[in-house]
Amino acid sequence: MNIDSIQNGVVLDHIQAGKSMDIYKYLHLDRLDCSVAIIKNVRSGRMGKKDIIKIDTPLELDLDVLGYIDANITVNVIRDGVRVEKTHLELPQKLVNIIRCKNPRCITVAEPQLDAVFLLGDPARHTYRCAYCDTAKDRKR
Amino acid sequence: MPRNIIDVVDLTVEEIDELIATAEDIIQNPAKYQEACRHRQLATLFFEPSTRTRLSFESAMLALGGSVLGFSEANSSSTAKGETVGDTVHTVSCYADIIAMRHPKEGAPYAAAQFSEAPIINAGDGGHNHPTQTLTDLLTIHREKGRLNGFTVGFCGDLKFGRTVHSLVNALSRYDGIRFVLVSPAELKLPRYVKEEALKKRNLPYVQTTDLDSVMPELDLLYMTRVQKERFFNEEDYLRLKDSYILTPEKLERAKADLSILHPLPRVNEIAVAVDKDPRAAYWKQVKNGKFIRMALILKLLDIHV
Repeated sequence: MNIDSIQNGVVLDHIQAGKSMDIYKYLHLDRLDCSVAIIKNVRSGRMGKKDIIKIDTPLELDLDVLGYIDANITVNVIRDGVRVEKTHLELPQKLVNIIRCKNPRCITVAEPQLDAVFLLGDPARHTYRCAYCDTAKDRKR
Repeated sequence: MPRNIIDVVDLTVEEIDELIATAEDIIQNPAKYQEACRHRQLATLFFEPSTRTRLSFESAMLALGGSVLGFSEANSSSTAKGETVGDTVHTVSCYADIIAMRHPKEGAPYAAAQFSEAPIINAGDGGHNHPTQTLTDLLTIHREKGRLNGFTVGFCGDLKFGRTVHSLVNALSRYDGIRFVLVSPAELKLPRYVKEEALKKRNLPYVQTTDLDSVMPELDLLYMTRVQKERFFNEEDYLRLKDSYILTPEKLERAKADLSILHPLPRVNEIAVAVDKDPRAAYWKQVKNGKFIRMALILKLLDIHV
């Protein structure tokens, strides 16, 4: 299966196999007018298999969203067909309006216009805690 | 940005020691403080009913020579018209120098602090936190034991929704040599995040049990709590669990002679009235201490030195 190389844009590599649609949704890639290729279950020496997303336009990505979904993703920026930047992600310390609190007693449920803020609690377990009510949410795996 | 107290751990151990020292000085020399907050106003915004906390805040501010304004139920504020917590607090912070707020929703004071021009004190948010009760508890323990370290403390009752328990466990976990005994029905155990953050992370010794009698002889402090009807979505669960633990003079026969019994009040059935006469009962002293520690906290947040 061949997918053409892109000239100017972003390649998200080393996505855990099966997670590419989550990323497509969280990053709102459906709103883009350019070509977006989602390549699933690509063979990988390190990971066994992985997903890749190629976005055929330069754009600013929310790295917090990506880091939250999968901190092992690498973000490659392509200009004139050449990779000019490669970023390794990490778990963000703070998430704003990426996930919502599910605690029915939390003020952010009663007043959804408030920013939903989560803070990294336990990095080993990828646990985030609602800044308002402390309810823990494990990272979606 | 004003200084807010949303969680007891917003205060360092040194700051808590300082507050306890100020409260002790207020108890010894009340006249020295009676004009300290002259021309200052405290707003008490109680979106949920309260007797002790609201009145102790108001009494504290009046004893400091300040004045108070506010409301004692959500229906008498614009909340009834659908106003957000942020807008209500933003409005009130234009009229008051400091705000004490209680709200049934967890995290409401954290939300309020983002919109307030005045310091916010969390006076209880749902089943989450109640830092000024914790300061009251710490002052009481300090007055009863002469120290805040080196004892075995038992928490009994509703440890799941008991916000005073969460705050006090957090606060005590920062002192040395404390062993925690957690007594509750299986359904009302201390939440995992409190255990992980306060106890496991610091490798503090704790035991969980459903049997109060078996651990009674080990305790230096017993913190009783009420099973709170207002925290249950299902009345059937409340009725099943409400009388899980009832402290009686007979149960105290096996306790240490220098045990101190605390309770944030109000109580329903969990401490028999006969226990009030036991010299180990410290909960009425706790009520008094609540006023003095809140006086100390108001002075600190308004940066007033006497």
